[in-house]
Amino acid sequence: MSRFTDQPSPMAQPKSFLWTRRVVLTLLLGFVLVPVYVMLSSSLKSLQDVQGSFQWIPHSLTFKPYIDIWKTIPLAHYFVNSVIVCVSATVFSVALAIFAAYGVSRYRFMGRKVFTVTVLSTQMFPGILFLLPLYLIFVNIGNSTGIVLNGSRLGLIITYLTFSLPFSIWMLAGYFDSIPRDLDEAAKVDGCGPLGALFRVVVPAAVPGIVAVSVYAFMTAWGEVLFASVMTNESTRTLAVGLREYATQNDVYWNQVMAASIVVSLPVVAGFLLLQRYLVAGLTAGAVK
Amino acid sequence: MTATAPPRRAPEAGPGSGKTAAGRRLRPRVVERLRQGGLPYLLLLPAVLVELLIHIAPMFFGILISFKNLTLFYIHHWNSAPWAGFDNYKTAVKIHQPIGQALLHSFWVTLSYTLLSVSISWLLGTAAAILLQDKFRGRGLIRTLFLVPYALPAYAALITWTFMFQQDTGLVNHVLHDQLHVTSDKSFWLIGDNSFWAMVVVSVWKSWPFAFLALMAGLQNIPRELYEAAAMDGAGVWQQIRKITMPSLRPVNQVIVLVLFLWTFNDFNTPYVMFGQNPPHQSDLISIHIYQSSFINWNFGSGSAMSVLLLLFLLVVTAVYLLVTSRGRSENDV
Repeated sequence: MSRFTDQPSPMAQPKSFLWTRRVVLTLLLGFVLVPVYVMLSSSLKSLQDVQGSFQWIPHSLTFKPYIDIWKTIPLAHYFVNSVIVCVSATVFSVALAIFAAYGVSRYRFMGRKVFTVTVLSTQMFPGILFLLPLYLIFVNIGNSTGIVLNGSRLGLIITYLTFSLPFSIWMLAGYFDSIPRDLDEAAKVDGCGPLGALFRVVVPAAVPGIVAVSVYAFMTAWGEVLFASVMTNESTRTLAVGLREYATQNDVYWNQVMAASIVVSLPVVAGFLLLQRYLVAGLTAGAVK
Repeated sequence: MTATAPPRRAPEAGPGSGKTAAGRRLRPRVVERLRQGGLPYLLLLPAVLVELLIHIAPMFFGILISFKNLTLFYIHHWNSAPWAGFDNYKTAVKIHQPIGQALLHSFWVTLSYTLLSVSISWLLGTAAAILLQDKFRGRGLIRTLFLVPYALPAYAALITWTFMFQQDTGLVNHVLHDQLHVTSDKSFWLIGDNSFWAMVVVSVWKSWPFAFLALMAGLQNIPRELYEAAAMDGAGVWQQIRKITMPSLRPVNQVIVLVLFLWTFNDFNTPYVMFGQNPPHQSDLISIHIYQSSFINWNFGSGSAMSVLLLLFLLVVTAVYLLVTSRGRSENDV
């Protein structure tokens, strides 16, 4: 696990550098944080306040939006849908990635390179390219077999699990590479099969990598909009689509929208910040390789 | 699909979980051989199957239906949709006809959106990564905060930006008009010409932390001795950045620029959350355009043809980019 080391600066920096640093970093911080501040402060305003001209400092604070968000739209229902879909997609995606990464990392076989290149390149293709045919495939599978994929959580789970899969395989294979082969060889000598070695030796040693990949998979699914907007119906709608319902024909309940955004963001931001160190190293492993 | 992983796990984990040698001898020879030579393939099988179902098969299917006249009428029996030959493609590229004209317009909007967003994101990411390279008080906190746009779910962040761009109640007009008096009127940001710039700003906000993240990691790989040697030779900070940091970051930059380009060019979330299904003419990004023609106008054939054209364009750009950058790299090595 590579971490960002603290490099002492090789020489004293000139004033121009220090001033550039102050100015640029301050501006960037403002750029990054203003929307977060708007989200938070507006979520604590009354509807009357958000419907008037914007105020940096709220006249008065109220927690009412956080109570109302659950009544205005079936937010809890969408939340449950999102959790079910994203957790399942994450679990399956990571499980498949563990097997595949173990194969790629520990075996040299024909088609190994083709596999990695093909799988990785699918990530580059436009989502809209898959969406149309996949929608039709799901509709047709439903018509001919009765397995409802379109509009069901299952269809969305299968779809989402492939979004993070290529990257997870890539990253986990890198992780497994860094675990000495002697360890699983020893396990095999002790009577473990290859999969015994995988689950008793390699997986426990790769826990940080698996955690990072899981968070990444969850984030990818949690933030997905395009497929969610086409492949869900009223009962399977996820947060990504549901949040738009705070806009009615006459009014947009902006304070509730912001409160709901905070609630929806909390799980991923908390997870991300807690595991930031592992994630950053993992997410960038590819770029520096 | 999801059922394929667990059953395989059980028999394979058997020997590992301490079964006796006798149990293993009973195993048929085929399974034994599969276990030896076929194991890597078995390990990959579940991943390959889902990739086939969700990515590879739909891609070929998409190419197939781009040659069909697939409208809402045929959705449940796509087989019986009449062949269109190259008609969908011809319509898409006839730039003097409304459909072709709209597609071309959308292509230019997407291209300028992408080039602007990628270059600004790259610039900000580079600046932040370099300025945060040395240790100073508060650096860790700033690094973490810079990653917040990356961590927030796309739609939550995008909805917030939409709120900020509201004409009457938004922060942007409040600052520009009420506080700084830069604009004489409260402008519209989500319709008209401004919508394009609003979209670029939001896209940069969302993308630059990725560049920052990757470049920060790239900086870790530059040996400190290089800087020390340069300092010894009397090079100042700015010279070190120009002569050591930037050239060393080239491989990372090549990846970042390509990845950001592909992401931004395919961006759907930003216009969809900001403008809904009918974006302003000035912000008609290609993925929304295809979405419209497929799911609003229910013409899958023409939507697919446009998708295939988009894919071809991206493949060509990627290939040319990789060729050019790899040639540059080998020249550099000599």
